[in-house]
Amino acid sequence: MLADSDRIFTNLYGQRDWQLEGARGRGDWDATKELIFKGRDWIVEQVKESGLRGRGGAGFPTGLKWSFMPKESDRPAYLVVNADESEPGTCKDRDILRNEPHKLIEGCLLASAAMGVHHCYIYIRGEFYNEAQRLQAAIDEAYDAKLLGENACGSGYDFELHLHRGAGAYICGEETGLLESLEGRKGQPRLKPPFPAQVGLYGCPSTVNNVETIAVVPAILRRGAAWFAGIGRPRNTGTKIYCLSGHVNTPCNVEEEMSIPLKELIERHGGGVRGGWDNLLAVIPGGSSVPVLPKSICETVLMDFDSLQAVKSALGTAAVIVMDKSTDIVKAIARLSKFYKHESCGQCTPCREGLGWVWRVMERMVAGNASVAEIDTLLDVSYEIEGHTICALADGAAWPVQGLIRHFRPEMERRIGEYRSAAVRQRQAA
Amino acid sequence: MNAPPKPTQFEQPASFDFTDENLDRAKAHIAKYPAGRQASAVLPLLDLAQRQHGGWLPRAAMDRVAEMLEMAPIRVYEVATFYTMFNLRPVGRYLLQACTTTPCWLRGSEQVVSTCEGKLNIGVGGTTPDGLFTLVEVECVGACVNAPVLQVNDDFYEDLDGPATEVLLDALRAGNVPPPGSAIGRHGSEPIGGRRTLTE
Repeated sequence: MLADSDRIFTNLYGQRDWQLEGARGRGDWDATKELIFKGRDWIVEQVKESGLRGRGGAGFPTGLKWSFMPKESDRPAYLVVNADESEPGTCKDRDILRNEPHKLIEGCLLASAAMGVHHCYIYIRGEFYNEAQRLQAAIDEAYDAKLLGENACGSGYDFELHLHRGAGAYICGEETGLLESLEGRKGQPRLKPPFPAQVGLYGCPSTVNNVETIAVVPAILRRGAAWFAGIGRPRNTGTKIYCLSGHVNTPCNVEEEMSIPLKELIERHGGGVRGGWDNLLAVIPGGSSVPVLPKSICETVLMDFDSLQAVKSALGTAAVIVMDKSTDIVKAIARLSKFYKHESCGQCTPCREGLGWVWRVMERMVAGNASVAEIDTLLDVSYEIEGHTICALADGAAWPVQGLIRHFRPEMERRIGEYRSAAVRQRQAA
Repeated sequence: MNAPPKPTQFEQPASFDFTDENLDRAKAHIAKYPAGRQASAVLPLLDLAQRQHGGWLPRAAMDRVAEMLEMAPIRVYEVATFYTMFNLRPVGRYLLQACTTTPCWLRGSEQVVSTCEGKLNIGVGGTTPDGLFTLVEVECVGACVNAPVLQVNDDFYEDLDGPATEVLLDALRAGNVPPPGSAIGRHGSEPIGGRRTLTE
């Protein structure tokens, strides 16, 4: 288990003062100037050495992403922080936004200094109204204390930070959908390339990073890349906030080491599966977009990028959705299909038309009102949808269905058989 | 079950303008973005307009925002219809937004919804005749470890069940808005029974 002394988010639960004074007491904003003085190359190098990978779902190496930003440019450049946390199961950024806002704000300054950026926007989902109020208050405090603005922290570096509230659209969590939304349009993702590092916000070089990614940067720079890299496993380093929801005895958020065994995470922090470990049916390990895992895999899998990829799932946002044996697993996944259908932006035909079709078939699968051959049709269509759209929303809609069929096909077939025999019996009786 | 009101059943005001206070707020929003990029302020301005107009966004308000931001009105309509938080028809004083996505569903969001329906005698999408409550289903609001969640206007009520939902609705009807957060006294996202980490 991660020692408390290795935890970055020491006010994760909001048990202490979130304001500037309290944050300073926890080590935030301590000699930030000195870190900026070490120069952008040093910051990028530290982040690369730490092994930090993006915490928003895709897990792209953060230092590498930063290094894509042009060094010389006659246009302004932007850092955009993705606080549009909407992946079902995920509520980790919410705790950072409301309880550790200064870690995020300081991270914005340091990340920006690493990329030669002077303007940053934090895009927060509209539903997080109270969280936005608090973050804005923290930003105001930071301006008043001259930590932001001209000559931020006395470093000679000018830095403007603004908060922008969304208005309810999952797709704005996709980085280019977010940029479209920030420019005042529908959040419909852009074709890549060009990538945001070349053509991003207002056509200028931009980097979009997740809240947690940015908020751990000050700790990495203060405590050293080696410290961060020493937690977890190679390629899967550092600490991570996990969200434990569903059928655990004590749902919670917790910061733990990367690569903690899933079983240990559930038993130690989630208080175990409701009704005991043997009552476990399945786990969605990384937010709704990643394929579900049956109990047999949950016994041994580690919570990191490589281990979950090896079992054909993914770490995603590290939001662990636990389902015990009372769960109607087909219905649980069908509800996700409805979610993706609802959230499709409508731009690409396979997603707009396909996800509605998938949801309707999934609803029939819940009742068993289908033929066994349709399971393969469903699987086939999911592969046709995957990879054939501008953004990854449709992929994230296809994977849960694929995971269901991979691990729970017998249950789907059983329902179909039961539905048919019930229909036949009814006809006989008539 | 009452069906949602049809567009013909309510009146669109002929005009809309921001109050002086909100006009200042609008200007502060516009100032966050580079010159010529004022369209970026469309979401904050529509939100301001909706708050000023009792929780819904009339067409006149969209036109006013379009004018202020030098946008074609259709671009503003596009935005207002794309994002789920804009209400294009009147809603009750308390907009009950029940999250029913899988993590909330696993923890009993069906009880939250059915309690609202039963107690208020309305269906999803309906508004009570006294104009106090509108009930809608929403997708994941991002508080999954405190599921199930009912968002009332801007506030999240968490860790609910049927009886707790009933208590909440009674309080709202009496005009007492309870403090948001967990119905079972949990602090934030920490586990039931207290923290197991960050105890030093």
